[in-house]
Amino acid sequence: MLVLSPLLIPLGAAILTALLPRHRELRKGASLLGAIALLLCALILFARVAVDGRQSVALGDWPLPYAIELAADLLSAALVLITAILGTAVLLYEWRWNETTSAGPGLHPLLHTLLASTGAVFLAADLFNLYVWFELMLVSVLGLLVLGGARRNLEAAFKYFAMNMLGTLLLLSAVGMLYGAAGQLNFSALRQVAGQPELASALPVYVGLALLAFLLKASAFPLFAWLPASYHTLPTPVLALVGGLLTKVAAYVLLRLLADVFVLTPGILLDALGWLAMITMVVGVLGAAYHWDLRRILAFHVVSQIGYLLFGIALATPAGAAGTVYFMFHNILVKANLFLIAGLVWASAGHYDLRRVGGLYRARPLLALLFLVSAFSLAGVPPSTGFWGKFLLLREAFAQDHFLWGGVALAAGLLTLYSMSKIWLEGFWKAHPLGASAASAPVPGLAYAAVGGLSLLILGMGIFPEPFIRCAETATDLFWMMGAA
Amino acid sequence: MSLVLMLTISLVVAAGVFLTLSRDLFRMIVGLAVLASAANLIVFMSGRPASLIPPVVEAGTSELPVAAANPLPQALVLTAIVIGFALLCFALLLGAAITMQSGTDDVDQMRESEPEANDPFKPAVLED
Repeated sequence: MLVLSPLLIPLGAAILTALLPRHRELRKGASLLGAIALLLCALILFARVAVDGRQSVALGDWPLPYAIELAADLLSAALVLITAILGTAVLLYEWRWNETTSAGPGLHPLLHTLLASTGAVFLAADLFNLYVWFELMLVSVLGLLVLGGARRNLEAAFKYFAMNMLGTLLLLSAVGMLYGAAGQLNFSALRQVAGQPELASALPVYVGLALLAFLLKASAFPLFAWLPASYHTLPTPVLALVGGLLTKVAAYVLLRLLADVFVLTPGILLDALGWLAMITMVVGVLGAAYHWDLRRILAFHVVSQIGYLLFGIALATPAGAAGTVYFMFHNILVKANLFLIAGLVWASAGHYDLRRVGGLYRARPLLALLFLVSAFSLAGVPPSTGFWGKFLLLREAFAQDHFLWGGVALAAGLLTLYSMSKIWLEGFWKAHPLGASAASAPVPGLAYAAVGGLSLLILGMGIFPEPFIRCAETATDLFWMMGAA
Repeated sequence: MSLVLMLTISLVVAAGVFLTLSRDLFRMIVGLAVLASAANLIVFMSGRPASLIPPVVEAGTSELPVAAANPLPQALVLTAIVIGFALLCFALLLGAAITMQSGTDDVDQMRESEPEANDPFKPAVLED
């Protein structure tokens, strides 16, 4: 039952917020309570998994390869916990947020179905079940994209739909073919079947197809165009949740399938993934360098950071996987926090475009400080979370003599620093183009509190990285081991 | 039977890709729906569709006949069809709303959220 809670609580909260009378505070209260309940359950689940090991539920009490299994190992439980933290912070931030007041009654139910589907993807131990939760995630995001109702929202939703639908269809075909070849859908059963020599030639092809689907959903080069085309039309709190989580969910599934379930190590597949990672990193960061709208800059950084995750997966060792997982913890929180800070810049100075804002260092020194914490983390300045994440990945890359990959990753980090200094110089340092008083519109205090809480967490993860790195290492110590089931 | 299904799937995929690459909004949506049918057929194919023995345990025995059809892909494909149908309905409504608001169904005209730059070095400002 505890394993099911990260999916049942948000689903319950979604139904509750949809049914409650149209009273704003009441709905927001129910929504926030749902998120806090989710956070508590995720904490308990994480503690249980950390002490007792893997927890799993076979639905309907059927014997295992046949029942649909949901399982929480340390990796799943940690990611569910981070999802819950992010969900709570975002709903706290949204409490008095003006941008979403006109969003209509669909907002909170959709946010909770989004939380439920991400939690369920992290917990799914069954290939078809995974596909169904990805569909729910797609439906939730589409709903959130069209909530604004303006032409730009609808167009963004269509672009998002067309590309992600294609990914979904690729995934469905891959699931069908994998089932046809292996005769199993359950992860543990697939793990046992995957080593059979008669599948050795077919499996890489089918897994490659699933890989393609998740690369699309993770916004890897060259299939990332849907992401910067659609994300910036979302209201900021929703943008933070979507931009912080979704592509990372796809990267998690890539790691799970390649390193844990199928453990395929044909060199060509990993080389291709590594080079794709490099191109994704560089193209994403160059796109960010071109843009001036805060939301679009950060959306391109989402693409770029996915490159680091793919890079860690392509290293194909437990150490590389641990680096990937730590980087994922870091990236979900930091990226979401930066989106939330972009919202505070909009609220204080009146625009998302860096050419239309300024003077925030003088008007909002606290906001400047919060931005610095997250910006340094994203760029990887020691001792921040980004530094430790990149350090773990680069150490493993250099140990494997992948000097070129490591060099590209470092260069992309430098360009990230360029992008962050651009935001600093244009948004915080220079004077506001409309005069000094234009940069200090009142900002909801709860939004500050949410950003402050996330910033403290990021700061703590950077200054005391050992427990988090140890958690990532424990979660992945069996990855890339043939037949370790 | 398998060969017929295979040829059908390749035809359906070809038709779907052709339609999806169109610039016409509704052709794109129909193309994605056709591709979804191809994906459904692929899932359907994974369960011995050529078998003429229904997946029923005869009275007095306790096991399925060896070459019986596999009912699981049929259950899977039903789920996929339902989800695909819901998404198709959503996409059609979305397409109708876009055409009504913008007055065109040419996907190349969908530049409202990504306006073209009027400066050679900097992107256009997105006004809210």
